[in-house]
Amino acid sequence: MAMEITQFLLAAQSADARVRTEAEASLRQFQEQNLPLFLLSLSFELENNDKPAESRRLAGILLKNSLDAKDSARKDHLVKQWFAIDVALKSQIKELLLRTLGSSALEARHTSAQVIAKVASIEIPQKQWPELVGSLLNNMTQQGSPAHLKQSTLETLGYVCEEISHHDLVQNEVNSVLTAVVQGMNQSENTAEVRLAATKALLNALDFSQTNFENEMERNYIMKMVCETACSKEAEIRQAAFECLVSIASTYYEVLEQYMPTLFELTSNAVKGDEESVALQAIEFWSSICDEEIDRQEYDSPDSGDSSPSHSCFIEKALPHLVQMLLETLLKQEEDQDHDDDVWNISMAGGTCLGLVARTVGDSIVPLVMPFVEKNISSPDWRSREAATYAFGSILEGPTIDKLAPMVAAGLEFLLNATKDGNNHVRDTTAWTLSRIFEFLHSPDSGFSVISPENLPRIVSVLLESIKDVPNVAEKVCGAIYNLAQGYEDSGANSSLLSPYLTEIITHLLAAAERTDGAESKLRGAAYETLNEVVRCSNLSEASSIIAHLLPAIMKKLAETMDLPIISTDDREKQAELQASLCGVLQVIIQKLSGREDTKPIIMQNADDIMRLFLRVFGCHSSSVHEEAMLAIGALAYATGAEFVKYMPELFKYLQMGLQNFEEYQVCSITVGVIGDICRALDEKILPFCDQIMGLLIQNLQSGALHRSVKPPMFSCFGDIALAIGSHFERYVAPAVQIMQGAAQVCAQMDTLDEELMDYANQLRRSIFEAYSGILQGFKDTKAELMMPYAQHLLQFVELVSKDPLSRDESVTKAAVAAMGDLADVVGENTKQLFNNFTFFGEFLNECLESEDEDLKVTARWTQGMIARLMHSS
Amino acid sequence: MAPHDIRRPFKRRPISDQQKRRELSLLRQTQHRSDAQQRARNLASSVISLQSSSPDVDPEILSEAVPELDEGTESESSNFDVRQASRLRGPEARKWFARQLMLPEWMIDVPDNLSQDWYVVARPAGKRCFVVSSDGTTVSRVRNGSILHHFPSALPGGARKKGAAGPASSYSILDCIFHESDQTYYVIDMVCWRGYSLYECTAEFRFFWMQSKLAETGACDPPSFYHKFRFSAVPFYNCDQSGLHSAYTGSSPYVKDGLLFYNKHAHYHTGNTPLVLIWKDESCSQYVIDTDNNGEVPNQQHIVLELQEEGKLVTSDDPPVPFSYLNADFVKQSGLSSGSLIRFAIGDGGLKCVDGRFEKADLQYIGVSNRARAFADSYSKIMFQYMARHSPLKVEDLASTISHENQQDKPPEVEMSD
Repeated sequence: MAMEITQFLLAAQSADARVRTEAEASLRQFQEQNLPLFLLSLSFELENNDKPAESRRLAGILLKNSLDAKDSARKDHLVKQWFAIDVALKSQIKELLLRTLGSSALEARHTSAQVIAKVASIEIPQKQWPELVGSLLNNMTQQGSPAHLKQSTLETLGYVCEEISHHDLVQNEVNSVLTAVVQGMNQSENTAEVRLAATKALLNALDFSQTNFENEMERNYIMKMVCETACSKEAEIRQAAFECLVSIASTYYEVLEQYMPTLFELTSNAVKGDEESVALQAIEFWSSICDEEIDRQEYDSPDSGDSSPSHSCFIEKALPHLVQMLLETLLKQEEDQDHDDDVWNISMAGGTCLGLVARTVGDSIVPLVMPFVEKNISSPDWRSREAATYAFGSILEGPTIDKLAPMVAAGLEFLLNATKDGNNHVRDTTAWTLSRIFEFLHSPDSGFSVISPENLPRIVSVLLESIKDVPNVAEKVCGAIYNLAQGYEDSGANSSLLSPYLTEIITHLLAAAERTDGAESKLRGAAYETLNEVVRCSNLSEASSIIAHLLPAIMKKLAETMDLPIISTDDREKQAELQASLCGVLQVIIQKLSGREDTKPIIMQNADDIMRLFLRVFGCHSSSVHEEAMLAIGALAYATGAEFVKYMPELFKYLQMGLQNFEEYQVCSITVGVIGDICRALDEKILPFCDQIMGLLIQNLQSGALHRSVKPPMFSCFGDIALAIGSHFERYVAPAVQIMQGAAQVCAQMDTLDEELMDYANQLRRSIFEAYSGILQGFKDTKAELMMPYAQHLLQFVELVSKDPLSRDESVTKAAVAAMGDLADVVGENTKQLFNNFTFFGEFLNECLESEDEDLKVTARWTQGMIARLMHSS
Repeated sequence: MAPHDIRRPFKRRPISDQQKRRELSLLRQTQHRSDAQQRARNLASSVISLQSSSPDVDPEILSEAVPELDEGTESESSNFDVRQASRLRGPEARKWFARQLMLPEWMIDVPDNLSQDWYVVARPAGKRCFVVSSDGTTVSRVRNGSILHHFPSALPGGARKKGAAGPASSYSILDCIFHESDQTYYVIDMVCWRGYSLYECTAEFRFFWMQSKLAETGACDPPSFYHKFRFSAVPFYNCDQSGLHSAYTGSSPYVKDGLLFYNKHAHYHTGNTPLVLIWKDESCSQYVIDTDNNGEVPNQQHIVLELQEEGKLVTSDDPPVPFSYLNADFVKQSGLSSGSLIRFAIGDGGLKCVDGRFEKADLQYIGVSNRARAFADSYSKIMFQYMARHSPLKVEDLASTISHENQQDKPPEVEMSD
């Protein structure tokens, strides 16, 4: 029988810390000692209308947390616990939850809906709660069901749909759920709160309704109800209906054709006259259509041979009206929108959508937008000038250079002058437009740039003047300089054009980064990012001494961050952020200068001091490893080579910390990459650290808590270590290969239809082959026979991959072919019989030899040679 | 259950600089990993080809070359490759490179299946050399390993020039003949290309690769600032009647020095190989019969042999062919030691062969050979020179062998008409 726990639940929210801690401890103890009874008691609390709202609220939270967790290992644990609870007791809990849906307290109903969905997500796939759908539907159809019960039932249905797959229910149940939801939207039969709940439930159920959307009659009915709901008199319901339309735009793009005239009318009315929250959704509908069409254009396979468009061209068909509608939104700016990152208003949404439309249709948008630009750009009203400039900036991506070049060339001088406009918005948008011009129309490497040696001096001087403007404008100017520099990257002699201005540009960027008025607008970050790009893209032979001078300046700034007064966590965060920017700059400088033999000594001479700084940065942050410092250390290891070994004693503990940082998986991943860099730098000298590194890598790979994206770099790292320490890898072979085999098995079972998963599978497969290659090559001439027991598995894995031509990408193919060659080369004659048994490789190699990828072809040729040598050996 | 966030990036670049730096780091790491593994593979194919091609090769060849390169710091042989060799200086480099060329045997009888299995190439007159481009420079080394030129070229990695394709570490090795009069490197074989070893590839593939890849780089363009010498791939022909005719009589931009025959299925084999053959006569070469130090054809044929233990005199072949013996006292008196290269003249007694195999030679001691020489003569060279003086193998013999082969190809018809 349930326990009375109201007092504890209330005490756990007491303002008195002592009382609170004690109550929390009691609750935890109860939970640990008797979880079933604990959950039952919480359910009673939640259900009981006589209990205070506060204790019911906490009861709900504790229930949810006992069923669901973000961390997947914890979630698995909770699910197992739930399965272990006595069935009769669970029925009691579920009954209480369902009963709560009829409660008069809105909050309890809402919480109960969420908890029911969590239980459903565990039980329904196991067919353990077959009566749930029936009892929810019963709430909807029973005569005299109160509106608030219907409302929370609909909410529950929506959440349940979101939690489970439609495959978990039989189609009849799916149909009934959808019918109940759509009927709940019916204006004549339901109260506003029911209709709102039904519309929101539909949004959650859309993914669930694939079969119904395939059926024209059902689809028509659903669409009719959504469109009617989009005209409800309650704004909140209209907004929810438009949210449904946004979701339908991407989920059911293929079947929208017949509804487009209606949808166009609905959305354009909303954009023109409805409340902003609704209008924003209406614009988002068109942005989503653009996303779909752009996506389809980009992934349109060119081999299909037919010239039919890859999509329904909704944007093109609606173009003149759509553009007109969007241009009008541009004039509805808010005064301070550039100062606040959280603002999202109709002019921002409209301008963004206009940019997407330009990317969708290309050239044909230009004549529709230019009259608006010309008419407004010199207007005395700042709104008109800003809107015209924004419109111009928005269409710079999408149309061809041929179409844009004459207009941009004609407008450039106007824009340069507009950086002095009296209005902050106009200057902000002007600087942004300049940065877009340099992004899309300045690429001397491919033969076109609006920037010439003649106008470059003027452009640079305008930019360096404007970078002193208010922070939001200065930040956009940084973007312009970024793109200006980027255009000169890898562009041969052209890259010299910017060299005379480098010192001045760097000085101004450093000054911008120093500004104290820019903290909120992220000016400092933008200035450092731009500095990085300027360094990256500079012509090294002309810029080496400038960059060599920048190095100590940045080091000094980084040293100064150690002395910042740290009082609050906020101070600590700001320090970390500044250190991140400066470590980033150092990374770029190290990489740039170590790229050439004649500039590398500059790094070598400073390496000790740089490393000391990085170690101090690590020292500032006890809880985690500073990601940017780690990235920069990888570059330094590459630059210094074997000498890096002297830093290892001090650095090593941070490498260990990085490897153990599962939560910030990016840090973990970067650390793994840096260990690879260090292996290549140190070769055998990495050996003393390998036991611990390999121990951690293996432990990580066996853990369920590790973010999957870190696994491929870890396998590649096996290969890096093996190649560095050669025969000493012997002691790790057995556990390492065992995990590689396990991962290979996982790859084989992945769903090949899931694109994202296939990407991951390819990374994983490539990294496993890289690991094999590294280990094999490391054992060459010494311990080759150690790999003999794994040869068969490797060839099986290659065979499996070779027979999967659809999902494997070239890099996987190459790694597989190379690993096979390494096996033949390294293990040699002992594998002859094996190769004789695996006849697939001939055909696989032939396929590779016919590839267009030169690297792959040569690798395959090499492997063929290695196998041929094996076969001819006696 | 969170509401759909419709805010989109506004006036912002879609990718952060940090993300970019992460990606660039990843790219760099991937590239270095693949370079490192690739290096290990090249080591495999280049050094191994020395081992595997001749199972009973003198182990000293390897132990001689490798430890010197390692400077004793690394015990693993895996740290040695052609690129490192290219950085070697002085005698070590010469020694290493001297062993990397594939050396043709002289044609002393006509191989079977010429028209099916062989290519024919008109050999340009000039210095045979190994051209290595790597790390922004190009070095050519003649047969004994010493440097001929050090120059920038349009070969991959052959000049310090931005924008050159391929990873910085990529290197290429070409087998060339430097032709003085037009200052051109005529490429007769390709050994490595952009870091990939072609040692284990058949001549058929190497030649195809050579013809298609060389031009792509601009290496065949006229000289320029970053490209000091022009390269040119020599034309090769199937060794049928018309191919032989083209190579033998066809016009070419270079002065010919004999014909080279390549077996299509042969890999690049360092050292002497019977799968590449050189043949000369007066009409396609100015240097059929060896000249002496003054450039004159001596009355007697001169040969160079290597002195081994116990006075044994051998050719440079692998395994060496024993030719004669020197008296131990004579060795001592003349201050000769094992490994000396000694020049002899062939006396009137000539060379005696039994069943096509050499049996005995009438040798007259002349003295220690010129120091520039790295090797003794090969058996096939001695025999070819001897034949050239007495009963040369003529171009007609080659042609008739080919036409005979072609007739043999038609037997089915003959049989049917019987």
